[in-house]
Amino acid sequence: MELASIEKLIVKYLNAETTLQEENTLKNYFTGGNVAPHLQEYIELFSYFAIAKDETFDKPIRLKTESKVRRNFYRLSIAASFALMFSVFVGYNQYQRYQAEKKFAEISKGLKLLSNTWKKGENAVAGLYAYEQAVKKILD
Amino acid sequence: MTESDFLEVVIPFKDKVFRLAKRLLVSTEEAEDATQELYFKLWKNKNKMSDYKNIEAFAMTMTKNYCFDRLKSKQASNLTLVHSNYKEKETALEKKVEYKDSVSRVHQLIEELPEQQKIIIQMRDVEQYEFDEICEMTSMKPTAVRVALSRARKTIREQLLKAHQYGVS
Repeated sequence: MELASIEKLIVKYLNAETTLQEENTLKNYFTGGNVAPHLQEYIELFSYFAIAKDETFDKPIRLKTESKVRRNFYRLSIAASFALMFSVFVGYNQYQRYQAEKKFAEISKGLKLLSNTWKKGENAVAGLYAYEQAVKKILD
Repeated sequence: MTESDFLEVVIPFKDKVFRLAKRLLVSTEEAEDATQELYFKLWKNKNKMSDYKNIEAFAMTMTKNYCFDRLKSKQASNLTLVHSNYKEKETALEKKVEYKDSVSRVHQLIEELPEQQKIIIQMRDVEQYEFDEICEMTSMKPTAVRVALSRARKTIREQLLKAHQYGVS
């Protein structure tokens, strides 16, 4: 590469007008060794850019931790909804039974009352019958 | 999208994300944490990822914003990152002994640039993105990108020239 064109490229480079290709030309020139003495300061610059790209991120990337927590929440919500459904089911059954028992108690109380009154009436009728018999005897 | 699909898409630019984070956050540990955190975020937003034409550009934008947030919270807690208060682990940079001094000088010079110029120098001169990609990543206008890049390059060049003229090395 001619020195004149390199100098031209440098001016363009400093004005941020070079293309990537031209910048690569510069990079190759300055890292290639044979550099004109008045352009020495650019060697550092371009070799730095070349080396700076060597640094890598070598640690494994972890994606799991958070999704695991989320999955736990998911499972927990399923378990909770099952528990809720079960307790509602059991509670409803219990309530039905309680209601039925209450109704049964009321009905049996009513029937008892009825039967008591019935007995009273029967006794009274029996008394009346005895009275009638007695009256008949007297009349005969 | 399964995990392996996701990794296939995002792994190719993990080093770029890491290097940008390191450029902004300075310390390797911070940059590693940031990279990890970023991949978490990408993974969480994996359903939205297909909406973006250029996932790499999207990731780089996220990196930039995330690092800015980190820097802001650092400043708020009055902790600034300078070279003296952390120990640098051995990196690829240090392995190339013959370049070590001059290279770390350029590194230092870039570190002294304003944040915006740092990002653009990193994207253009290190990662070699096209200008339209840089515009997309930084959400800046093309002329603004060029101006910032030109300023950054000139500043670094002047400092290097000074060092050479005074024979400081």
